[in-house]
Amino acid sequence: MELPFAITLDVGSSLANHTGSWRTERPVYVNRLAPCNQACPAGEDIQGWLYDAEDGGYRAAWERIMADNPFPAIMGRICYRPCQTACNRGTLDEAVGINSVERFLGDEAIRSGWTVPVDAEPTGRRVLVVGAGPAGLSTAYHLTRLGHQVTVRDAGDKPGGMMRYGIPKYRLPREVLDAEVGRILDLGVRLELGQRVDDVLAARDEGGFDAVFLAVGAQIGHRAYIPAGDSARILDAVSLLRDVADGEPPQLGRRVVVYGGGNTAMDAARSAKRLGATDAVVVYRRTQDRMPAHPSELAEALAEGVVVRWLSTISQADSGTVLVEKMRLDETGFPQPTGEFEELQADTVVLALGQDVDSSLLAAAPGVAVDAGRVTVGTDLMTGAPGIFAGGDMVPADRTVTTAVGHGRLAARHIDAWLRGVRYQPAPVLPLATFEALHTHYYADAPRTVRPRLDDARRTTGFEEIVGGLDEETALFEARRCLSCGNCFECDNCYGMCPDNAVIKLGPGNRYAFDYDYCKGCGICVAECPCGAIVMEPEET
Amino acid sequence: MPVQPIKFYQSGSFVVGNRLLDPDQRSVQADPNRTNSLNSGHRACQGCGEALGARYALDAAMRATNNQLIAVNATGCLEVFSTPYPETSWQIPWLHSLFGNAPAVSTGVAAALKAKGRTDVRVVGQGGDGGTVDIGFACLSGMFERNDDVLYICYDNEAYMNTGVQRSGSTPPAATTMTTQAVGPEPGNRFGQGKNVPLIAMAHEIPYVATATVADLRDLEYKVRRAMEFRGARYLHVFVPCPLGWGTASCDTIRIARLAVHTGLFPVFEAEHGEVVDVTRIPRQVPVAEYLRPQRRYRHLFGASPRPDVVARIQQIADRNIRRFGLLAAEPAPTAQEAP
Ligand SMILES: Cc1cc2nc3c(=O)[nH]c(=O)nc-3n(C[C@H](O)[C@H](O)[C@H](O)COP(=O)(O)OP(=O)(O)OC[C@H]3O[C@@H](n4cnc5c(N)ncnc54)[C@H](O)[C@@H]3O)c2cc1C
Ligand SMILES: Cc1ncc(C[n+]2csc(CCOP(=O)(O)OP(=O)(O)O)c2C)c(N)n1
Ligand code: SF4
Ligand SMILES: [Mg+2]
Repeated sequence: MELPFAITLDVGSSLANHTGSWRTERPVYVNRLAPCNQACPAGEDIQGWLYDAEDGGYRAAWERIMADNPFPAIMGRICYRPCQTACNRGTLDEAVGINSVERFLGDEAIRSGWTVPVDAEPTGRRVLVVGAGPAGLSTAYHLTRLGHQVTVRDAGDKPGGMMRYGIPKYRLPREVLDAEVGRILDLGVRLELGQRVDDVLAARDEGGFDAVFLAVGAQIGHRAYIPAGDSARILDAVSLLRDVADGEPPQLGRRVVVYGGGNTAMDAARSAKRLGATDAVVVYRRTQDRMPAHPSELAEALAEGVVVRWLSTISQADSGTVLVEKMRLDETGFPQPTGEFEELQADTVVLALGQDVDSSLLAAAPGVAVDAGRVTVGTDLMTGAPGIFAGGDMVPADRTVTTAVGHGRLAARHIDAWLRGVRYQPAPVLPLATFEALHTHYYADAPRTVRPRLDDARRTTGFEEIVGGLDEETALFEARRCLSCGNCFECDNCYGMCPDNAVIKLGPGNRYAFDYDYCKGCGICVAECPCGAIVMEPEET
Repeated sequence: MPVQPIKFYQSGSFVVGNRLLDPDQRSVQADPNRTNSLNSGHRACQGCGEALGARYALDAAMRATNNQLIAVNATGCLEVFSTPYPETSWQIPWLHSLFGNAPAVSTGVAAALKAKGRTDVRVVGQGGDGGTVDIGFACLSGMFERNDDVLYICYDNEAYMNTGVQRSGSTPPAATTMTTQAVGPEPGNRFGQGKNVPLIAMAHEIPYVATATVADLRDLEYKVRRAMEFRGARYLHVFVPCPLGWGTASCDTIRIARLAVHTGLFPVFEAEHGEVVDVTRIPRQVPVAEYLRPQRRYRHLFGASPRPDVVARIQQIADRNIRRFGLLAAEPAPTAQEAP
């Protein structure tokens, strides 16, 4: 090239100057565990499916839920949503309404008839699942998708366990339950109803099964001794709810006293109201902050006119009345009697004092331990008997549908490994995306959307569903409130804010890479990443 | 609102890009095909706000002018770190002249283009605060007064950084530089001196004057785009933290700029024909100490023998700015008469 007057060198580019050699620390992209994901008992990738939903990818979002949990529409109604308690957005304004988005996706799937495939080759292995509650059905679902042949056996007439015979339909309509259970059965799960299993080893051997998963729940209402006159009418809550579910509700009278403080007590009292009781009084021996019922259940019950007598026990039941003793909490928080009594009107007393496990079907199985009424299992959910696994309410854990579903997912992976003669290795747990790891300055304020609710007057007259769903616009809004904690959402901050153009944009869905030839290691990308998905690491020398 | 508001709440509404927005609503910096006017390999310090601000501004100017742009540069860090002969980081037509004459050279380039009938090609003059506020000031004022068709951009890092951090007319009170040491009863730079060139530019009643920072990319890009909608003299004053001269962590460049805005110390506004037309509101006023403390140039105000009295005087400056420009979200925008 001919150079102009007085110029002796060609113009060179600064690209020749590899400023990356200045670096003492290097930025690295990471994924962290979102707190919602950490909190989810069903093991869902919540942050992941909210990300899918954010740009309208509802089907992809739903499939991502289905990878872990076959009941999105059920979850979106009755999960106690520990994810929302953990959600980092709660520290900013209000937690993301994860549960309502899940419900929207679940309902959308039912409306559109979405299904999931079984991609695995048939393994030829056969697994018996005892109990068609959420734990059993979840296990059957995952095992089927892994290629195994599954038979589910249940003593009842219909599948669902406590989802059908405990949780009332004003919280979980049966059409939703039937749709999501039906979808599992359509994958090829064999369901045998009205068949109680009394001896698990016999059932296994007679059927020629390679492994068994037990999920018989905690079905027996816990009995407490209450001195009672002959004509006192005492029911247990589990049977009451079961009869209601069967469409054969008992006569309760106008004044109903429910004894206990859990979710079952709330549902019993709320059902009593719907069956015509004018007074539904819950008698609970401790204070509100110690109540095991979920705060939202209590709030709903109170809104419907249920009354709670805190710090009270029932000491005697007679025809039409109960005698209630006032309690006080001692220093350890345990209720102690005060000797003060009061009489309450009660046509029926409903006991909701917890449920017990009937583990008699394991009596003949060697090596099975039962502790405090629950069957002991290892971290792999296997009982002491090889090849006999158990989960859900019958093992020591939280008694929720979500936990049961999570047990099903985990058990399926362990059973699958066990059938192949290996041990299932869960993926390593990522470091938590704490609120401090985020740079929330980049997120707009956005209070959360409230789901439509039936007004209180209409609620107690029937078993109609109370909480409505979100329409698409509000569900989308809600999904977009997610901060994407700990996981890159391709916001371009690192790409845009690097003073050295040392970030390479790899295109939609592929995130970014650092150009270490030029990255000087200033750390701006780390400081300005909204979701905490970049860290600095010392440069190797 | 100068910047198009993002109409729905979504993850990271204020980030550089956003996969949920249409591509034409995203920032220039989010564009994989942006000009990268100032390319990799430049020798600016780690975390240099000036390098970042210049790429932001010139990439936006390139898009606004359909890539028909010539830049003229004053001596200063921006020139020295980008173009050590024979290498350059500039990927646009770029001219260097002297420390003090960039506005005049820009005028000349604009005049030449006019003579050639190339009104499609636009001119940007640029320099540091020393080159703009001090030594280039006469040329700049002349360029304004003649209303020459140039957008002049000052990258304000509040001292002469290229020659080793000497005080300029833009160095803030109490800040230490090599020439304003932390000694005597009034340690650091004096109060009551220096000049506010955006306001002086407004006094020239030129078509467009604006301030911006590297902490608000979308606002900065908007202001460059808006400036290019006018013909005549335009002035953009960009606040660019300097990790070396200020003694801040290299990763804190954006955060420090954000704090300068949120304390009220650096008012972000735009003015047309001498009148303020918009200000960037502060969501929540931050005490100046939060801005000062992370900077070594203010170290003498804190620590073993702190100077709360000096911090209080700086707070007064911030409070005055907030009043004067109506920076708090709750306050009404200033009317034309009240405006500074
Ligand atoms: C009133 C009530 C309300 C609740 N509300 C909620 C809620 O809102 N959210 C929530 O997350 N959780 C709730 N729960 C808890 C939740 O229902 C249970 O934790 C969950 O159903 C347990 O699932 P599981 O599969 O272990 O057992 P279950 O659901 O109890 O199912 C066990 C199944 O095993 C069958 N079975 C039992 N013994 C045998 C046998 N020997 N042979 C064959 N089959 C047998 C039963 O017929 C049943 O179908 C509620 C529980 C109750 C009682
Ligand atoms: C007439 C003249 N005097 C002094 C210098 C030396 N000099 C070069 S750059 C500079 C300071 C630049 O400061 P500023 O304009 O604020 O830019 P910065 O380096 O801070 O970005 C000085 C004093 C010069 N080049 N020409
Ligand atoms: S903001 Fe999103 S990713 Fe973070 S915890 Fe909440 S739902 Fe999960
Ligand atoms: Mg300077």
